[in-house]
This record gives sequence, structure tokens and C-alpha cells, in this order.
Amino acid sequence: MTVDTLRFATAGSVDDGKSTLVGRLLHDSKSVLTDQLEAVEHASRNRGQDAPDLALLTDGLRAEREQGITIDVAYRYFATPRRRFILADTPGHVQYTRNMVTGASTAELTIILVDARNGVVEQTRRHAAVAALLQVPWVVLAVNKMDLVDYEQQRFEEIVEDFAGHAAELGLPGFTPVPVSALVGDNVVERSAHMDWYEGPALLEFLETVPVGTEAADAPARFPVQYVIRDGEVRYYAGQLASGSLRVGDRVTVHPSGETTEITGIDVLGTAQQVAYAPQSISVRLADERDVSRGDMITAGASPTLTRTITANACHLADRPLRIGDRVLVRHTTRTVRAIVKDLAGAAELTTNDLARITLHTADPLTLDDYTTCRRTGAFILIDPADGATLTAGMAVVDSAG
Amino acid sequence: MSAAAEGASGGFVLSHLDALESEAVHIFREVAGEFERPVILFSGGKDSILMLHLALKAFAPAAIPFSLLHVDTGHNFPEVLEYRDRVVAAHGLRLHVASVQDYIDRGVLRERPDGTRNPLQTLPLTEKIQAERFDAVFGGGRRDEEKARAKERVFSLRDEFSQWDPRRQRPELWNLYNGRHAPGEHVRVFPLSNWTELDVWQYIARERIELPQIYYAHHREVFRRGGMWLTAGEWGGPRDGEAVEKRQVRYRTVGDMSCTGAVDSDADTIDKVIAEIAASRLTERGATRADDRLSEAAMEDRKREGYF
Repeated sequence: MTVDTLRFATAGSVDDGKSTLVGRLLHDSKSVLTDQLEAVEHASRNRGQDAPDLALLTDGLRAEREQGITIDVAYRYFATPRRRFILADTPGHVQYTRNMVTGASTAELTIILVDARNGVVEQTRRHAAVAALLQVPWVVLAVNKMDLVDYEQQRFEEIVEDFAGHAAELGLPGFTPVPVSALVGDNVVERSAHMDWYEGPALLEFLETVPVGTEAADAPARFPVQYVIRDGEVRYYAGQLASGSLRVGDRVTVHPSGETTEITGIDVLGTAQQVAYAPQSISVRLADERDVSRGDMITAGASPTLTRTITANACHLADRPLRIGDRVLVRHTTRTVRAIVKDLAGAAELTTNDLARITLHTADPLTLDDYTTCRRTGAFILIDPADGATLTAGMAVVDSAG
Repeated sequence: MSAAAEGASGGFVLSHLDALESEAVHIFREVAGEFERPVILFSGGKDSILMLHLALKAFAPAAIPFSLLHVDTGHNFPEVLEYRDRVVAAHGLRLHVASVQDYIDRGVLRERPDGTRNPLQTLPLTEKIQAERFDAVFGGGRRDEEKARAKERVFSLRDEFSQWDPRRQRPELWNLYNGRHAPGEHVRVFPLSNWTELDVWQYIARERIELPQIYYAHHREVFRRGGMWLTAGEWGGPRDGEAVEKRQVRYRTVGDMSCTGAVDSDADTIDKVIAEIAASRLTERGATRADDRLSEAAMEDRKREGYF
């Protein structure tokens, strides 16, 4: 059996018990090793705590442990016999939107955590909005601290109903609610004996069985050229397939030139293949000698949009604001172009964590897909040309008629 | 290369090793496309050997467009130096060496009382990067190794002193890596960020990558210090009262001889090594690195100063 990988992210407000939940997942799935646990026990005793504080497993930086907060996205790795997991653990305070956007951008599933006592709060709605915006395929609503509401079914159902209302409004396709107590361990790895009324899976069980690689088999092929490998007279166009598949013999279009040619060879890291699939790193040969270089995109199937006007949903990440008239760099797939900020949906400027519809005018055309159709070729970042800072995350909105 | 498996919804799913390989190759090619003078940090340890293997695959059939840099502490395992020189010759690579011993001989660096040279590597490394104007420096660091590393980006901007500031890291989204930097700055690149120790060994087994023999169980003269088996040698061990004995051991990590410990092991084949790691209840750094036991934030502090 092939072991595959699930990349997922967690999001919660301060004190929802997120670090404890992550610690519990790692600990109960036996992913915490003796020396790590001893270090946590030692640190917990130094702080005057009786039981090991599992949150300390994930707070890696000195300032985090001193202040008892999580500053930055941390990546965690664990495995069960069924699957391998990469967890983007995103902190719940100050920069939470920016951190969650970062974590969710590569995630196939996100866990949104709420405190059963508080229910859905402003940050929960924000997390749901980010999950919808980033098109994370699966969302789990983990209602935590069920032990503090006497494991009451009615309380759980109220929260689920409340969240469902917001989810529908935001266009979240669906979500899976799980009642848990991270502190006690209910429904995290093992099903709880305290909640007979809950018939669904424990959290880890769901993570182990949720389908991954959900891209449709007939998705259009998108191959951004990263690098040209020259071997004597022969040119190999190297890159990672962003979407769909390519076969030897396929007629393809090279953008932005619009010229068409044919795939005559595919090499998957040292092995000649007839077909390759996203997200494999490959190199291809083309029938005619074309002027193809880094930043071009080779496509087959439904045509992408070639445009110098980009409309996008954006999340502003930097501390400095983004203003109309700003000159920025757009980094999209392997291409970087200059652009001017034309419109911010009525706002004068965007500040950190703002979500807004933006319009850009670029110096050269980009080969875009709507982000909801293809995450890899619909996503871009804005960069400050002065100092290289990453400013804004963008998700292209392409009018299907255009 | 195993075939892509068919996913539940008709899409295609790569095995976890194929996905890691594809991601690492993508990172190598991004750097080749965006930087002028990249270099791979090459210690002869398994992670740097893995990096080189992936780089060779990423640019085949052409040669890799990078050179190698070894920060030589002067406390090397002879088997590892021999391996390094053989690999460099076999692939026609260019090797740069930054020597800690040179800095000590010139009086720029002073030997530490505990004899370990690991923290002394930062200055020679930084000055070599500046002198050769390297703009991208590949490191074999993995996020699963240590909790400060868990917060590291794939592309990590360093100032002219090589310093890492965890609070000023650029957000890193999708697979869009931002390598913009000012003159004098450089970017540390970690293509193995998402690999675990077990992944590394499983991939080494799958690809039949040769490693220095000290990674496999062998008999060697060692002595006990700080709860670890250290190899006797000119670097300063054993001291009075430290008894030398012959034991069957292997190394889980390979670094400076003065702070890298061996573990008792009879794993003399790669399959036995994988079984041993899967059953181990200690992390590789916890089991074998004296320098990470100094404090809760030992790695964070070294990284801030410009360490790997």
C-alpha cells in the first residue's frame, strides 16, 4: 500500500487550547519521543505546573516559551501506519489572519477550533472566511473543552448550527464537526466514552481517512517552466506540473507567445515516461526549437486567461500598508512582473490582515487561472521592489466569460 | 520511481517519498533560476549527501549549476573526508573549504574550554559566503530536527552577518518562494524542510545512495562523556578518568567529532537502520548532539548568530 501525505493546518483563538490539541495529537499518536517529553516535563516543572504542558511541545522560540504565546507558523511531522501528516500550526493572536493564510495556502484540510463555552466568536468567523478564500478542500470544526460543558450534546449542536450559518454565507462547501477535549483526550485519537451521543469519527480517524489528491483527473494541464536544462543541442524544459497531466504526443500551447507545439519526451527525474501528473517535478522536450524560457507556461486543455489586468481576492500580510498607485512586483508561478495597484475595492489602503478585492495593472501579461479552478496557477504574491518584502497574498478572480 | 497511485476521487496521489522528492527538486530549480551564485553546504553527513543526490537528479543530464562548501572543523571523521573527496571527484564538482583550524591558527577564533568546535563554524562560514559572494546557500536542515528549526522558512533571508531573525521572517505561501535580497545579504535555502529522519533513510534505501560507513554498526574505541559515546581522538578525548572501551556502535548524525555521539547499535544494513530508527524513542539530536543539550534554546541561539 502506498503511504500518502495529508497537509493540514490548525486555527484557533487565544486560549482555545490549540497548542494542547496539537500536543495531544502528537503525544497520543506516539509521535513525541522520550527526550522531547522529558524536556517538556522539565520545563513544566520549572513553571510550577504538575502535569506536562503539551503546549510546550510546539512553542519553539525562546520568546514564545517566556510569554506563553505562539508567534510564528510551526511545522510538525507525524505519521500513523495509514498516513503521513504535515501540520502547519498557526498561532491564534495578533498576526492570526496572516499566519492562517500562510498555513492554509498549502493545506488540504484545516481544523478550526472553538471553545465550547464561548462558541463561535469573531475570530472563528475570520478563520472560516480564510478557509473559504484559500479554498481549503476540507474543514473540521473541533468544538474543544467539551469536558467544561459537561459533554452536553445540546451545546455542541448549538455551536454547529451557528457555524453552519456562517459557513453557508461564506461559501464554505461543507465541514465536519467533532466534539473534543484536548486536555482529557476525548475524541482526539480515541473515541470518547463521555459522549455516547456522538457517532462520528475521532479527529485522528478523520484525518487518516479523508481523501487527498482531490484534483479531477481531467483538470487542464499547467506546466510553468522553471529552468531550461541544456545537454549539447538538446533542451529540456524543467518544472513542476501545477495541474493536470501531460502525455508524450500532446499538442500544447506555450504562453505568453501563444505558439503551439508537441510534447516529444517526458523525463520524471531520470526515468523516461509516457505520462506525468501534478505535482511531479519533470522535464519535457518539445517538437520544435522554440524560444521557451523560465516564466513561460506550457498548457493543454481549457485555455488559461492571458491578461494585464488582474482582479483578485487578497490578504495583506505586511506591516506597511498597500495603497492605490503603489508599484509592486507580482510573483505568479515562475514569473515575476511589475505592476501598479489600481483599485482596492473602495478602500484607500490595506493594512495587515485586511481581506479585500484588489485590481492590478501589470507591465507584461500573466497566464492566469481562476484560483477556485486551480490553486497553483491562480495564486500570486506581491513583493515590495525596494526591499523585497512579501506584501500581499492574492487569489485571482477570472471571469469565466472572459 | 514508483508509479503515481490513483486517488479516491480519480485524481492522482504521489507516495510520500515521491512528493518530498518532487518538492525538493522544485526548490533546487527555483534557486537555479533566480540566483547568481548558489552553493550547497556539504559536510559529508547524510542530509548533505541527500541534497547532492537530489540536485544531481534535478539537473540531469546536465551538470549541477552549483559548487559545494564544506565548513571543516578540523575534527573530522577520516571516513567522511575520504567520502567527500571521492564524491567531488566522481561528479566533477567544485569544492570550497572554510577551515575552523585556520581561524584558530591565526588567533581569530579561540578554542572553547569544552573542546567543541561546533559553534566556531559560524564565522568561517559567514566570511566564506561574503568572500565568494554566494547569494543562495543550501542547508540540509530539517524542520523535524529541532523546535527552532520547525519555524524556519524554506527560503530564509540572512543579513551580512548571516543572522536569523525569527520575528522578521517573510510569510511563505503556496510554493511561491521569495528570494529577493539586497547586496551583501543572502538566502539560506532548505530543500529538505519537510523530510523527517525516517524519510531520509527510506529514500536513501530506495535510491541506493552510498553513505560513509560510520552510519552503519561497526566496532570502535569510544569513551563516555555527557551520557554519549564519543570517539577517542586528537581533538581532546578521553580526559583523565574517562575509560576507553571497544563497542559496537553507529552514528545517527555526523558532525564535529567532539560533540557528535555514537549510539550502541547492531544495525549494519540499511534495513536494520530503518527498523532501529522507527523503534527509537529518542530524537537524533537528543541522542547524539551534545551542543543541543546545553539549553532549551541552544539551536535558536546558534541560528540567530548565523549557524546552519
